[in-house]
Amino acid sequence: MAAPGVAATDLEVVRGKRAALFFAAVAILLGLPLWWKTTETYRAPLPYSQISGLNALQLRLMVPVTVVFTRESVPLDDQEKLPFTVVQEREIPLKYKMKIKCLFQKAYRRALEHEEAALSLGSMQEAETMLAKSQKQAEGSLTVYVISEHSSLLPQDMMSYIGPERTAVVRGIMHREALNIVGHQVIQVAQAMSLTEDVLAAALSDHLPEDKWSSDKRRPLKSSLGYEITFSLLNPDPKSHDVHWDIEGAVQRYVQPFLSALSAVGNFSVDSQILYYAVLGVNPRFDPASSSYYLAAHSLPHVINPVESRLGSSAASLYPVLNFLLYVPELAHSPLYIQDKDGAPVATNAFHSPRWGGIMIYNVDPTVYNASELPVRVEVEMVRVMEVFLAQLRLLFGIAQPQMPPKCLFSGPKSEGLTTWELDQLLWARSVENLATATTTLTSLAQLLGKISNIVIKDDVASEVYSAVAAVQKAAEELASGHLASAFIASQEAVTSSERAFFDPSLLHLLYFPDDQKFAIYIPLFLPMAVPILLSLVKIFLETRKSWKKPEKID
Amino acid sequence: MAAACLRLVWLAPLLLGLVDGGRAEPPRDALREELVITPLPSGDVAATFQFRTRWDSDLQREEVSHYRLFPKALGQLISKYSLRELHLSFTQGFWRTRYWGPPFLQAPSGAELWVWFQDTVTDVDKSWKELSNVLSGIFCASLNFIDSTNTVTPTASFKPLGLANGTDHYFLRYAVLPREVVCTENLTPWKKLLPCSSKAGLSVLLKADRLFHTSYHSQAVHIRPVCRNARCTSISWELRQTLSVVYDAFVTGQGKKDWSLFRMFSRTLTEPCPLASESRVYVDVTSYNQDNETLEVHPTPTTTYQDVTLGTQKTYAVYDLLDTAVINNSRNLNLQFKWKSPPENGYVHYQPAQDRLQPHLLEMLIQLPANSATKVSIQFERALLKWTEYTPDPNHGFYVSPSVLSALVPSMVAAKPVDWEESPLFKSLYPVSDSSSYFVRLYTEPLLVNLPTPDFSMPYNVICLTCTVVAVCYGSFYNLLTRTFHIEEPSTGGLAKWLANLIRRARGVPPL
Repeated sequence: MAAPGVAATDLEVVRGKRAALFFAAVAILLGLPLWWKTTETYRAPLPYSQISGLNALQLRLMVPVTVVFTRESVPLDDQEKLPFTVVQEREIPLKYKMKIKCLFQKAYRRALEHEEAALSLGSMQEAETMLAKSQKQAEGSLTVYVISEHSSLLPQDMMSYIGPERTAVVRGIMHREALNIVGHQVIQVAQAMSLTEDVLAAALSDHLPEDKWSSDKRRPLKSSLGYEITFSLLNPDPKSHDVHWDIEGAVQRYVQPFLSALSAVGNFSVDSQILYYAVLGVNPRFDPASSSYYLAAHSLPHVINPVESRLGSSAASLYPVLNFLLYVPELAHSPLYIQDKDGAPVATNAFHSPRWGGIMIYNVDPTVYNASELPVRVEVEMVRVMEVFLAQLRLLFGIAQPQMPPKCLFSGPKSEGLTTWELDQLLWARSVENLATATTTLTSLAQLLGKISNIVIKDDVASEVYSAVAAVQKAAEELASGHLASAFIASQEAVTSSERAFFDPSLLHLLYFPDDQKFAIYIPLFLPMAVPILLSLVKIFLETRKSWKKPEKID
Repeated sequence: MAAACLRLVWLAPLLLGLVDGGRAEPPRDALREELVITPLPSGDVAATFQFRTRWDSDLQREEVSHYRLFPKALGQLISKYSLRELHLSFTQGFWRTRYWGPPFLQAPSGAELWVWFQDTVTDVDKSWKELSNVLSGIFCASLNFIDSTNTVTPTASFKPLGLANGTDHYFLRYAVLPREVVCTENLTPWKKLLPCSSKAGLSVLLKADRLFHTSYHSQAVHIRPVCRNARCTSISWELRQTLSVVYDAFVTGQGKKDWSLFRMFSRTLTEPCPLASESRVYVDVTSYNQDNETLEVHPTPTTTYQDVTLGTQKTYAVYDLLDTAVINNSRNLNLQFKWKSPPENGYVHYQPAQDRLQPHLLEMLIQLPANSATKVSIQFERALLKWTEYTPDPNHGFYVSPSVLSALVPSMVAAKPVDWEESPLFKSLYPVSDSSSYFVRLYTEPLLVNLPTPDFSMPYNVICLTCTVVAVCYGSFYNLLTRTFHIEEPSTGGLAKWLANLIRRARGVPPL
């Protein structure tokens, strides 16, 4: 009676064990994967290793320089060695994670017939126009002509000349080391015309530590696809002044040529407005000595804010806005002058604020008050105003005054106010800045996505990231091979794609799903189901161990 | 007067242009401003400001735009989004037609935006969406909440108010946000659009803390193309900024019907805006003349203006700010209104709603018999929304936009035809087809509907309850399958038995 009962109980126990194991198996093999799959956030794969590789990117900026030797510029045996190519490398020391190297690829060759003819002309202007006719130079490249030591093209005391296009002229020398000496001069000229440390440092000012490039250094406008330029005439006293300005003519005559020269950098749109009863935020002080009013340099930062609320944001586009204000002071406060730190009046009566724009104060000629009654009619002299605004525009874009090597003649820009190599400098700077921005954006995006596992990464975000990475790499390659124009375009694409990925709204969808809420939902189901399974597993485990130990004891 | 002024101002640049060798004449612009003060039948006082900037320029074509009196922010909108007309209003309160009489300009509570796009616009919905977002930035309002669920394309009402070649309704969009609360933050950007800001002229009176202590406050922006000259060979753009407020007489006048500019606005007019070619204050003195009441307007008006407005003969005392100096005090007078229903043909347009896509639109053109009440009732069901669609304060209820009543009311007195350009601004917003009738647009109050509001902890409760049920079922099932059951000899002793015996002894039952 007892034996079959025990056997039956044993059978029951075994069946129970099997059932428990089966439950555990179903829960683990079926339940867990199902749960995992259904609650997973979709995360498209991203090129994390490539992005971290971008941080250690070495930028090699290649400046192709063609050095053309005319007859009698260097000794004959040196001329025999032509043509050949020399590459000079120079590291630009910046406290930035990206290592930036500058390569001057100097291709030496002899002058062609028409070049000889052009350089034997009487004046530099004629020679330049003739040379410009024969060839078109790519962005970023330079041509340096080495002329005879006794040529009359340059004044006697000048050693070199830098033109408004991408050409320069260097005086040759009859010497045993002629090629070295000339090569050194060429580098000096090419440095002045292409990449200088200052240009790159200004471009990277956002990414560099504060100590070196503190706020007193100029900060150029951030790189963008386009810019809006707004000229505003502020007339705080329309009862006394009836101010007219021919802004349409002035924009067409002075601003548009400059902007069309700059058109490679971005799209520009220009508009103007007249604001009445717009006053500066600071009360001018009276100076009894000259019976005029003045704004001290330290009070200038407070001038802009109250005016800015009236300027009106640009509703139609997302491009950064550059404001140029022409302020005609009210009758009670005129004439009004800006004083610099030493108390002397500023010659232009204007100041600019980096990344914002410029303000010029335009005093009404006091003699007009005698002639007629109020309001007096004021015609603004646009030449005077536009000179100042264009100079400020150059500064805002980070086009510095060129630093000339010693004994060098600089012709100055043509009528549009910008030399082509200054534009190249701007393109170099903007490309490097764009690359730095894109790299930073991609790195922070990768960090963010790595840190927060709740963020959904959609396929289009991933493809933007991929194209941004590819564009950065392409831009770096193009820079290294000296194709400035395509490098700039690629760098712009990199910035656009990376920002689009970074600011994609789909990243935020599931961001706020904290862990405690997740557990609050899971626990009511999972805890009662998991506890019996775990307990039976532990029990089965203990029993099996006991039954393994038992046979040993019998032995 | 206005035209002469205009010509004087612009004569010089014209000459300059000729000297310069036939350069294009610069676009001309002019500003007119006007304040109409109407004592209402109830004893309240209504003040309606209108600022009208007219710009003789074709905004759509020019690449580089130069703005003088016209605000740059709005001008850019017109050219970027190819607008033909834009009408935007922000209103707090409700115009009580029964007590206050017909309004010059009524607007529904909250924000109302309706826009006609040029027929060159390809994707109207996209432009509409972008435009409402930009406008919400300019006016600090929640217009960005305008989407397809509250946008309609009316087919009968909301015809273009300005010049229009065709009226293809595809290019019209209309939306109302009844929930929008209007406050000083909306007034400040509105004031910034005025050429004289709030420094001179009538705009001095626009002081926010008084304007919002009113029973009705409505500010609006109307942009539309108008004829540049009598033959209408080219178009000009007109920007009208209007602001209507109704002051409670008892609040402003401490129970008396006296009022003054200073008492209403806590400001007085000190100087005219030097940019305005016309700057006038009209005070409705109609019943003052009729009833010979012993009240007086101070200072005595230099001129009066008589015309038919909203169907009645009205007399206005006119103060030209460009002429006279300062207006300090004037007195309140009574006013009476009567109106009749216009004969019209019937028309019903109904566009049913699609859940979460578009709202219902019911338009009816009906002829109302005289001295009758017409009731339009619509049955609706209360539905549950998706749980993410509830607002943060769902118990407040959901707004149904106010209905609009546009009517052509026959005039009691025939108005004499006047030049449209010359007439005061309060008369020339709505185009007049003939002089025997006038146009009014009335809005009803928005309807606040209480939808069934769920308990928002419900989803979690449901999860917990379901999980508990599942867990209990699962637990017993699991136990049945995995446990082995066998009979166990009852053990002697133990705490339970001792306790049971204790109780049994107390009850007088033999122990176990």
